[in-house]
Amino acid sequence: MSGRRVIEVEDVHKRYELGVIGASQLSDELKALWASLRGRPDPRMDMEAAAHGQRAGNSFWSLRGVTFALDQGDILGVIGRNGAGKSTLLKLLSRISLPTKGRIAMRGKVSSLLEVGTGFHPELTGMENIYLNGAILGMRRAEIDRKRDEIIAFSGIDHHIHTPIKRYSSGMKVRLGFAVAAHLEPEILIVDEVLAVGDAEFQRKCLGSMRSVADKGRTILFVSHSMNAVQGLCTKALWLEKGKVRMQGGTDEVVSAYVMEHAAQVLERSWPGQDAPGGELLSVRSVSVRSMREDGLMRISDPIRVEIEVENSGVTDNDIGIRLSMRTGTDAVAFISDLSETVGERVWPLGRSKVVCTIPGGLLNAGTYRINLMFIRKSKHWFRIPEAVIFETQEGPRQGTWIGEWGGAVRPTVEWSR
Amino acid sequence: MQRQSADTQAEPAKGWDVVITPERAWWDLDLREFWAYRDLLVLLVRRDITAQYKQTILGPLWHVIQPLLTSAMFAIIFGLMARMSLPGIPPLLFYMSGVVPWNLFSNVITRTSGTLTTNSGLMTKVYFPRIIPPMATSLSNLVGSAIQLGCFFCIALYYHVSGNYPSAIGAAVLLLPILILLELLAGFGIGLMVAAWTVRYRDLGFLIGFVVQLLMYMSPVIFPLSMAQPGTITYRLVSANPMTPVIEGFRASLLGTPMDWSTLWYPVLFGVVVMAIGLIVFQRTQRKFADII
Repeated sequence: MSGRRVIEVEDVHKRYELGVIGASQLSDELKALWASLRGRPDPRMDMEAAAHGQRAGNSFWSLRGVTFALDQGDILGVIGRNGAGKSTLLKLLSRISLPTKGRIAMRGKVSSLLEVGTGFHPELTGMENIYLNGAILGMRRAEIDRKRDEIIAFSGIDHHIHTPIKRYSSGMKVRLGFAVAAHLEPEILIVDEVLAVGDAEFQRKCLGSMRSVADKGRTILFVSHSMNAVQGLCTKALWLEKGKVRMQGGTDEVVSAYVMEHAAQVLERSWPGQDAPGGELLSVRSVSVRSMREDGLMRISDPIRVEIEVENSGVTDNDIGIRLSMRTGTDAVAFISDLSETVGERVWPLGRSKVVCTIPGGLLNAGTYRINLMFIRKSKHWFRIPEAVIFETQEGPRQGTWIGEWGGAVRPTVEWSR
Repeated sequence: MQRQSADTQAEPAKGWDVVITPERAWWDLDLREFWAYRDLLVLLVRRDITAQYKQTILGPLWHVIQPLLTSAMFAIIFGLMARMSLPGIPPLLFYMSGVVPWNLFSNVITRTSGTLTTNSGLMTKVYFPRIIPPMATSLSNLVGSAIQLGCFFCIALYYHVSGNYPSAIGAAVLLLPILILLELLAGFGIGLMVAAWTVRYRDLGFLIGFVVQLLMYMSPVIFPLSMAQPGTITYRLVSANPMTPVIEGFRASLLGTPMDWSTLWYPVLFGVVVMAIGLIVFQRTQRKFADII
């Protein structure tokens, strides 16, 4: 669903001062003041320096020319490494701090949730804090009056609602804060992923209510480190790198490119020369792994093909076993499979030939996998290729509301019925 | 909530509700937005009042104890030890009539100037008009003053009934709201300036408490202005204090002491000017608060 333009971010820059606040800053400020009195540009506003690097003298350019636009109903995931400028972008959009240069325009009621329970006062009761927090988030008193009972019910702490919240557990405080936030009804919602930390139950509730906001055609901007969360929730993605937009577009496209770059994948290895693993009788020329999808995405729902190219210089029987050991990113064994189990009877041809292993869709989990290969001759260990290939799998959109990490070395498609 | 900045004024906002640009004109107070957040102001005032004395045994009684003790101390030090004579007024009433308005002025300044740092948790997480927390803090001080005034009237009533000192409360008591407003104007204006500067230079926070305390000795809180001879250094110093006519005015309305009401032009002018400067300074720096706090 795409509607009218609701957010426009144009060439936004943000500079932060580095270092200790002290006499040197006072003199800098006086210089800037002097320059502005004479109608000269602020000496600290060195845009040239910003174009070249993030650090310029005593300042740090957290954002350098970020431009994007969102239409109503878009759900944008902002991804990037630490220090890429994600939090700064959030702060600018939330109007907590102002850009150094550029323009941001928004239409409709904007709510930003950088934490839950902002402004809670420990001495006040839960009820008093609902009003305080609601007003801080921009709700009118009458609106809170109307939604009060719903908020209390949602938080599940009706018995303690007249107790000062300093007696609450941290979980109760978070629930109360989230209950207020969930009743904001914004047209644009800006959310930090810190919201999604906490126990599974809370995350489910959190993201579930974000979904319901999205289902109402509202616009969401979501900052996250979790590719799972972004892929599960967002329709668009924006990749920030060192304060600049590295890439923006559809979630799949951007997330794959991001993952590709950060996963340190080794999708193919080849040994054209003498150093090829193996021996005089047989050597391995290349190992590769690729998706069988047209778009090349390593989706856990689709088969993945591992190809091993061997050069046979003297094996004339069928007695070679190739054992594939699939290991997770933490080096746990996901499964082991052996060539001899399936094609044991055929005699190996001389010259180059390919051995193909197809890993079915609906088996692997999302994450990093390494494949170790072990060659076996006459029932004995012959040679091995540790970490022959390393690849990263991703999942598609999920059905349920849980979008956190899904545990397990594998995630086979299992049939359920009832 | 349409906002236009200095550099985009030529371009109409084209139906955008919020436009964020680096520059905001200092006169751009955005009263409409302030009005939209008026409930927050009320709730923050209430928070400041209720949270202040929770988990204290005496609660709001502290509002009364503090000026009573201060007045009693002044009575002992200046009346008994320094043998300062007051124009026929019971010392407790005399000192209280000065301590109560001075407390308001000094509390408004010191509390307002600290609001940005005490509310930094809010400032760095949510947007709302930044002027609201300092304003709420200033207004919440009125409650204490009201309680203290009530206490003063009770004591005055006691003196009146017991025949020790017939009360001279007259029509001038109706001027109290104006005097209180003058204190708020000046205190809030100074508080805003200090608040804006304290964000970057915390030293000011320490300094202001000290300065306000010194100012009290430059005011007629502890002695009537009539005691100082015109032309002396003491007289000039005390007259230079813009709160002097306000304190004198309080005393005149509460105790019927002589008062030249025309001297109020000074605190009026001072209040308006300081308030305007305070607002400008605050508006100019508020956009940087979150980056510095």
